[in-house]
Amino acid sequence: MTASTTPLIRAKEPAIARRLFSAPAAGPFAALVLASVFFSLSTDQFLSGGNFSLILQQVMVVGTLAIGQTLIILTAGIDLSCGAVMAFGSILLAKLAVDSGLPPLVAIAIGILVCGGFGLVNGLLVRLVPLPPFIVTLGMLNIAFALTHIYSDEQTVTGLPGPLTALGRTFPLGRTDVTYGSLVTVALFLVFAYALNGTGWGRHVYALGNSAESARLSGIRVTRLTVGVYAVAGLVYGVAALLLVSRTGVGDPQAGQTENLDSITAVVLGGTSLFGGRGTVLGTFVGVLIVGVFRNGLQLMGVSSVYQTLVTGVLVILAVTVDQLSRKRTR
Amino acid sequence: MFRRSRPFVAAGLTCLALTLAACGSGSGSGSSSSNGGKIKVGLITKTDTNPYFVKMKQGAEQAAKSEGVSLMTAAGKFDGDNSGQVTALENMVAAGVKGVLITPSDSKAIVPAIQKARAKGVLVIALDTPLEPQSAADALFATDNEKAGELIGAYAKAAMAGRQAKIATMDLAPGVSVGVQRHNGFVKGFGVSDSDPSIVCSQDTGGDQAKGQAAMETCLQKSPDINLVYAINEPAALGAYTAIKAKGREKDVMIVAIDGGCSGVQAVKDGRIAATAQQYPLKMAADGVKAVAAYGKTGTKASGYTDTGVNLITDHPQTGIDAKDTGFGLQNCWG
Repeated sequence: MTASTTPLIRAKEPAIARRLFSAPAAGPFAALVLASVFFSLSTDQFLSGGNFSLILQQVMVVGTLAIGQTLIILTAGIDLSCGAVMAFGSILLAKLAVDSGLPPLVAIAIGILVCGGFGLVNGLLVRLVPLPPFIVTLGMLNIAFALTHIYSDEQTVTGLPGPLTALGRTFPLGRTDVTYGSLVTVALFLVFAYALNGTGWGRHVYALGNSAESARLSGIRVTRLTVGVYAVAGLVYGVAALLLVSRTGVGDPQAGQTENLDSITAVVLGGTSLFGGRGTVLGTFVGVLIVGVFRNGLQLMGVSSVYQTLVTGVLVILAVTVDQLSRKRTR
Repeated sequence: MFRRSRPFVAAGLTCLALTLAACGSGSGSGSSSSNGGKIKVGLITKTDTNPYFVKMKQGAEQAAKSEGVSLMTAAGKFDGDNSGQVTALENMVAAGVKGVLITPSDSKAIVPAIQKARAKGVLVIALDTPLEPQSAADALFATDNEKAGELIGAYAKAAMAGRQAKIATMDLAPGVSVGVQRHNGFVKGFGVSDSDPSIVCSQDTGGDQAKGQAAMETCLQKSPDINLVYAINEPAALGAYTAIKAKGREKDVMIVAIDGGCSGVQAVKDGRIAATAQQYPLKMAADGVKAVAAYGKTGTKASGYTDTGVNLITDHPQTGIDAKDTGFGLQNCWG
């Protein structure tokens, strides 16, 4: 199925391992730059530090989710439950801090760990039963959604203590106000870019996504690796839950309903293959920024929101087309 | 070879997407950087698709044209999409709007974002739905839902002409203020209390036709002799009508509703619904745009609550109760 099983690798091509880690984000990056230039020319307010900080702040939640989503998609899985798990985590940590009176930091820790727990269960079901990731996470999407509404009693949680909203505050960088939470997101992207590129764990994740069977034969403990990836993704969703709460200043039971597909959109736009084994987390960062830049830029131009959705749809299909064509070539 | 050309393919495709965007700008609200000197007004609705909000947008567009201001619009992806509304609000503030009109998806959750916008001097007017607390916005332009309920309740009382009423209420959902206010208004207008034995059945419909039908089926199962139905809106009323018709009782059950959407007024004209109380989303948005324009020109901020009015629409008026006929209703309906 992939180049590793065919004798067609030509001498000029980089070795398979190197090719995996090379930057497939060049196309998306070019698209991002082009879009930014276009919006800078079309509206006066686009090109400013404050506006870029705003875009970063607006994508920090879905961006963080997309990190977990990238990990899972690299293993040839998919996670439909990420937004719902995040929503549950956000309501949990908000309610624990406000209604149950736990110290805020303890509430945050529990919220993040419980999200990790959801991921762990997803991973165990995917690997041990085994079940297709699509089905497992579809089920978990409904479970987490229902739990969110049951636990919150459909009520928005307000009056959050300071530590829960701290990441939503800003600090001045030059003349620009930067949100702390967006730094957390950027830091997470860098951490996972290193983990995927520079560690044995990362190479195993790619190998698993290319072929679980060959990964197993080459001595990788596939079950442990898969369950670990889902659990780590869950923890990352927990951080997204905290960022969500800090961004909006409330615990909102209606949150997270479109973020699963939004995060997949970002991953795909970033050049990661839905078939697993190919892609980078930094590509995902670019993908998230593309969505954010288009939404912000079109809004600044005064374009109605349906056109933003239209453009996103076109871009997704283009991104997948590019991925498919380039796969065909390596076959 | 293809590998090398990939960025260019992507770049070319982006150009295509941007062309689309440019089209959108042309056929959309018509605002762009070229009219940077104009006052900018933002309108954020719950969704893009509900006819009620489409009418709001039309009202805002008309008023923006006559006032010479430029309009930006946005909406959540679904009813309840708070973070989508927050993002739109932030972007509009970044674009330098003078004021924002918003129909909050979540009256409480949007408040912190509204506070940030107001701190930057943006006039915020809630349309249709108040914030919690109501004072979180500068002003509220909305229907008086309780008054709408009272109107329809008083009409039902008069139209029953002394017959013993067996009432079913097709409500919205627990804890949603619009539904509670309309229900309470109806009960008050009818001159009974909520615990009165004449109210034999109360069900939640979410304002949805299919759920309204299911709710009415349940009610008819419980009390087959129901002869008066109050519905939170016309879709719920039409659902109830379907259930009643299935029992062959459409001639002796009177249905009253609230909203005044075009299909609802048509149903009044056809006789499926006896009367409805019509509200005016177009006026809410138009008045909102005018208020922001006035703020931009004179610096005076709108404040408090403005009732955007409600009319009883029926072709069978009762003495002593002001009503307009369905001709008027169809001219002023939304959807």
